[in-house]
Formats: sequence, structure tokens, C-alpha cells
Amino acid sequence: MPSRRALLATPLIWASAFGPAFADTPKDTVVMAKRIDDIISLDPQESFEYSGGEICGNVYDKLVNPDDDDPTRINPMLAERWSASDDGRTWTFHLRGDRKFASGAPVTAEDAAFSLQRAVILNKPPGFIIAQFGFTRDNVAARIRATDERTLVIEIAERQAPTFLLYCLSAAVGGVVEKRVALSHAVGDDLGNGWLRTNSAGSGPWVVRSARASEVVMLDANPSYPQPPRARRMVIRHVADPAVQLLLLQRGDADIARDLLPEGVKAARADPRFEVLAEAKASLVHLSMNTRHPALAKPEVREALRWAIDYQGIGANLVADTYRVHQAFLPMGFPAAVADTPYRYDPARARALLAGAGFPDGIDLTFDHASSSPRAEIAQALQAQMREAGIRLTLQAGEGRQVLTKVRARQYELAISLWGADYLDPHSNAQTFCVNEDNSDASTNRTSAWNCAWADPDLTARALAAVKEADAAKRIAEYEAMQRDVMTRGPFAIMLQEIGIAALRRPLTGFRQGPLADRTSYAPIAKG
Amino acid sequence: MRRYRALAATLASVPITLFGLILITFLIGRVVPIDPVLAIVGDRAPQDVVARTRLELGLDRPLPEQFIRYVGQLAQGDFGRSVMTSNRVSTDIARFFPATLELATAALLVAVLLGVPLGVYAAVRQGSWVDTVIRVVCLSGYSVPIFVLALLALLVFYATLQWAPGPGRQSVMFDGMVEQRTGLLLVDAALAGEWEAFRDAVKQITLPALVLGLSNMAYIARMTRAFMLESLQGEFVVTAKAKGLSAATVIWRHAFSNILVRLLTVIVLTYAGLLEGAVLTETIFSWPGLGQYLTGSLLNADMNAVLGATLVVGLTYVVLNLLSDLMYRVLDPRVR
Repeated sequence: MPSRRALLATPLIWASAFGPAFADTPKDTVVMAKRIDDIISLDPQESFEYSGGEICGNVYDKLVNPDDDDPTRINPMLAERWSASDDGRTWTFHLRGDRKFASGAPVTAEDAAFSLQRAVILNKPPGFIIAQFGFTRDNVAARIRATDERTLVIEIAERQAPTFLLYCLSAAVGGVVEKRVALSHAVGDDLGNGWLRTNSAGSGPWVVRSARASEVVMLDANPSYPQPPRARRMVIRHVADPAVQLLLLQRGDADIARDLLPEGVKAARADPRFEVLAEAKASLVHLSMNTRHPALAKPEVREALRWAIDYQGIGANLVADTYRVHQAFLPMGFPAAVADTPYRYDPARARALLAGAGFPDGIDLTFDHASSSPRAEIAQALQAQMREAGIRLTLQAGEGRQVLTKVRARQYELAISLWGADYLDPHSNAQTFCVNEDNSDASTNRTSAWNCAWADPDLTARALAAVKEADAAKRIAEYEAMQRDVMTRGPFAIMLQEIGIAALRRPLTGFRQGPLADRTSYAPIAKG
Repeated sequence: MRRYRALAATLASVPITLFGLILITFLIGRVVPIDPVLAIVGDRAPQDVVARTRLELGLDRPLPEQFIRYVGQLAQGDFGRSVMTSNRVSTDIARFFPATLELATAALLVAVLLGVPLGVYAAVRQGSWVDTVIRVVCLSGYSVPIFVLALLALLVFYATLQWAPGPGRQSVMFDGMVEQRTGLLLVDAALAGEWEAFRDAVKQITLPALVLGLSNMAYIARMTRAFMLESLQGEFVVTAKAKGLSAATVIWRHAFSNILVRLLTVIVLTYAGLLEGAVLTETIFSWPGLGQYLTGSLLNADMNAVLGATLVVGLTYVVLNLLSDLMYRVLDPRVR
């Protein structure tokens, strides 16, 4: 039996054997602590998750790229210039001659054509971003083609707003893959999809060195990139617990922590060793109201719900630092986003609206929400706030996908939803919040408006017209008007926009988050 | 002959248990109110992709047909593909299970090496201050949630004292250095002669194994104490003492030998529980084990992964139970 003295000495033996030998991360390696268990694929023509999209954005260059500071401007990337035919249907992109893949091979128009064709042929979740221009498996080879080594021709089905096509090509799904490498790893007709899920064949600043699901993704600097990253390696470690992310940052084992909770953000802000970056993300938290419910079918009731929410209180007390109040369907950072926040907490006004709609005694609704933070806390706050206005909510907590399943089946009354834009064009959100051409259960275009069983022919027509509007200023004005109309007429109460938080260990600089996952850039990161 | 018949009956119960497990897990997977297609195509996929995927998965087929198809796949060793990782579930299990096995074994060693002597010591000194201290420690080890213990351990030993490395199975510098043969990092590093990587792996596993081990130690120590108290009151112990045997001989050879069979069951069940994957410990220590995999799969409605991992856990239970049964026969002559 061990003696008491031996037992007491155990920690000391342990300490002398193993520590303290833990230094900061290596100078040329940047370690990022992040939740990355959402990654399904690193293939740009398949990835549709936040973490996967972010990595694809750093590994694959696209033909064009929106300006980081002014997203209304679209800059050349692999294409040096482009033009459209008079009818707006035939687009010609001229590629730069100086860009190379990580393998050292030059980026050609054939690679670009292959990648865009691949998006349509594979028909994975983000494929519709390219396919929506009238491409099918049968016609895409003829309509997206390389006419010579540096010229790519894209023929779209009908005229669209010029920026619409360009924004869609700038999404992660437009990442250009090296055709030879992808096909050399193809199995059956997968066009290299299986291999590209955990490997890369891009011309961006980084190359995937290794990727293990729910564990780590390691990127190496692409030596062929015109301005190679200043760090040699990027390690993205899956750290699920935000408190542990903070500990790693404090000890110098991580240079960047990405998922801190409000308390962690506060601690990081108070510590001079860290810099906290906060950038608006293109994710919105909103209420979805099912208009199949007789009360919610009435615009006055929906308006009453919007006046029964204490937006500022929720923003300041429940989600300070990680969300901010936003009430329009285009998030800040998007072209045409409006910053108006006309709604505030006014339970008396909400009561009056309910009475006017024929509900003087108030209404009872079931309220589905994800049981995870912060949606659970928001739901509880809303229950208390709406009670003051005579709206009695019965909370139904569930796992996130469980709630989503009910919303997509229109088997709910009121639900709290999260919406993230797919690409930087205003149509990405206008499409889901305004368009509902077929409100039947057989509809194949199930937008957020459809989820609410809400069809507004006027807004549907305007959204479908705006996406074709060639006059940029007119188009912006139309989206602004649509946002205000959805705010007052729609079956939504848009409440919050997510803020992307990143705590950086000084003297690390150059990390930049974008509104969309694939706009977050690792290339300029430098450690001192 | 009776002996072999009992053994055959035990062995025959294995496939029945596994079939029951497959059936129940499959049914639970199909009746949960989460659309499994959402896990595959994501929240924002267009309806035609959703509809196509549903057909590809055969989810439009009647439930019995889906089950028969699944069992047929299993019979060929095919657990299907995980939508969360894009890998074959068997590949994932081969990667995640060894991490859990390594951590569970290390934690069990801690639990047994500390828990058994402490339990015996507390029983021998029943009512003394040592007994009280051990009981309080065991009670707190049993009642403090493991995530609190894990976070506190990180705060004290990693962040403050800097004795332990941070979370993870290996340091960034050693990532990819060791060729995977068994999946057990310690074993693979030793086989490859990568002693720096081995030392790093030992450092990384120490804190999570201690946390997990200490919380299980509490249970083992309590059970050992209870068994020993009962055993020490036996007439054979009085006889042994009357014969003038030394205290150590009475305690270890007579009293302890008598509790060994029951203690073995406790240890085997503790091991089985650990192999199930300690979700919270794995989450806090960023340990890529089966618990994290199973939980992540469940939350993402990744049913192939849930079924595959559940079967592995079930199989582990069955095998360990069988092992414990067989060891009973070896250790206890009355069972033979």
C-alpha cells in the first residue's frame, strides 16, 4: 500500500517529469482554436458549411472577388477582365496568365470551365448558385467552355443583373480546381469529389496539408501564390468548448480563438495581451410566423408580434458582443442593406393591434426554438415580453435540426430561425424572404416565405424583377424598398445580426473576417 | 458438460443481444423528429437536392424494407458513410475508437491503482479520520460533475501551474509524425521509435486520464470499501486472525481475495462505461474519441454514424460482460 508521503509527492513527481515545458506556438505557425465539427467537405463545389466554406475561400481563388472594404465593387481575381454581350447572355472572361496552382501548373480557362461545370454536374448543396443561371448536366459543357487557354465563355439562359452573376461566381462554389489533379483522383464519375473532401487542388494562398474531421485542419502556404502568406503553416484545431479556447489563448497555445462567449469576450477585451475583432456576419436571427395559423394570417397580428419584442433589451442583455439588433432581411455588409430599426418594445401598441384584429383577450401560440444558447435564452425572454402584450407563448424546445424539420414541414406556429446568406448578392436573401411562387405543399422552391406559408405576389414579382435589373442604382433602391416592405408586411420579425468574434493574441495581425464564411482571409496574418 | 452448456448459452446470447441493439437503435433513429436528409444536404439546400437525396437514401421505402437493407449492409461489414465526416463509418470508428480505448485504459489504470488501495485502507481503518477523508473525497469525486472537474484541472494544472499541456491528443509539432498502425498513439509512437512523440502523447493523456480516472476512482474505492467491510466481518477472517496470521496476510490474502470476483464486475463495468466515450471529458480536452463522435453524430442526425458507433459500444459491453463471465469461472470455483 502506498504511504501517505508517496501519495502527497505524486503531483510533484508529475510536475518535474513533464513540465513546465510548454512554449508559445512556433513563430511561423498560426494556431486557431475553433469549432470545426460542422465541416463535411473541403471540396469547393460541395462545401456549404461555415467552417468548410472559410477554408475553401483560403485555398481556392475564384474568377472575381468582391472588394473587402466596399462590397459593391467587384475586383478581378483569376480573371483580369470580363465583358458581356449586348443581350447580356454571353459573358467572356479573360484569365490572367500569371496565376499558378499549388502544383506549379498555370491556371487555365479549361480549369475554370471544368470547375463551374463540376458544380452543376455534381449537384451538391451549393450547386444551385451556378445552376440557377439555366445550366443543367446536359447543357453545361456547351454553355460553359474555354475557347482558348485564357478565355472562358459563359452563356446564361436569360439576362440578369450583371453583378448577380459576378457575385455568384465569387462564392466558394466558384473556386477554381485544377482539372488534371482532380481527375487523377476521380473514382467513378465523382470528378475527384471523394479526394477533394480532405485534400486540395487550388491556386489560393493556402494548400490543405491534412484534414481530420472534428479534430484538425492543417494548411501550408502555397509557394506558387504571388504574395505567399507570411506564416508558413496554419493549424485550425477543433476546440468545442469556448472556455477552453480562452485558456489556450491565455497560455499561448492558440493565436486566435473564434468562438468565445460574451463572458470570454469580456475577459479577452480586458487583457492587454489580446485584441478582439468584431465583424458583422451575414447571419440573421428571426421569428418565422406560420400564416396557416388563423391569427398569424392577419397582418395586424404579425405586426403586433413585432411590437412585442424588446430588441434592445435582448441585444444588450442576452447577446451583447455576439449579436446586434438588425431588422432588415439584408445583413449589414451587404450591398443595399438598410440599417433602419423602426420596431421597439411597445406592448400597449401590440395589445391595441391584437384587439383591432379581433383578439381583445390576446392569443396563444406554440413557440419552437433550439435548446442551445442563445436561442433558448432569447425564447424565454420573448415569452416574458410577449406576455405583457397578451401573446401567450408555450415554449417547445428541441434540437436545432428538429426545429428546422418542423419549420420546413410547416408544422409549427411560431419558431425562432437562423438564416445565413449563400452569396454576397442581395438576391440571396431577397429570394428567400420575398419569393414564393407556389405556396402548395408540392412546391420545389421552398423559401423562408414558403416555410411561413406566405405568398405575396407583389414582392415575389419585384424580387424576381430586381435580380434582372441592369441599372445598379435602381436595383439597390428596389432592394431597399423590399426590405422595408417585408419588415412591415412579412411573416418575419427579424431581430438580430450575428457578430463574428475573433480574439487575437498580440502581436498577431492581418486576420480579417468577412460577412460570409468564404470571405474570411488568413493570408495576411503575421506574427509580429 | 453442464459447464460447457452454460458457456454455450452465454455465447448464444451475444448475437441476440446485438440484433436487439441494432433493431432498437435503428427504430429510434427513424422515429426521432429530425429529417436525416438535412444532415446530408445542409440547412439551406434547395428542395430538389433534398428530394433526390431522400430517394438515394431509400427513406421513401417502408421501415421494414429499410431495416432489412441496413442489416444486409451490416452483414457485409458496411456501416455506410457518415455525412458528418464524409468517411466510411468503419474508417471513422477505426480512428475515434482507439483514442477512446487509450484514454479509457489509462483512466481505468488510475482508477484501479488508486481506488482499490484507498477502498481497502478505508475499510481496514473504518471510522478513523482517514476513512472519513477517503469517504468525503470519494463522495465529492462522485458528485462533482466531470466537466467542472475537467475545467478546474485545466485551469489549475494547465493555465496556472503550467504543469500540463493544453487540450488535444498530440501537440501541433508532432501532428502527422507518427504513422498510424494500431490507432493507439502511444503504441504507434513506441513501435515507430518516435520517442519525442511518445513523450508528448504521454503528457497529453495524463491530465484527461487523471480527471476521468479520479472520478471513476471514487466509485471503485466506495465499492471496494463496502465489499471489504463485509468481508472483514466474515468468520474466516476471525479464524485467520486467531491463527496469528499477519494483518497484511489477513487483509490481502483472505479478505481481499474474497471480494475479487465482485470487484472484477465493478471494474469491468467501469471500463465498459469508459469505453462508451466520456463525452464531456473528450469535449473539454478536445480528445477525438468515440463519445464526441457519437454525440456529434446524434446532434447532426447522422444516423449511419450513430448506428455504427452504438453497435461498437454495444459490442464492447457484450465482449466485456462475456470476459467478466469467463473470469468468474476462473476465479470462483463455485461457479465452475
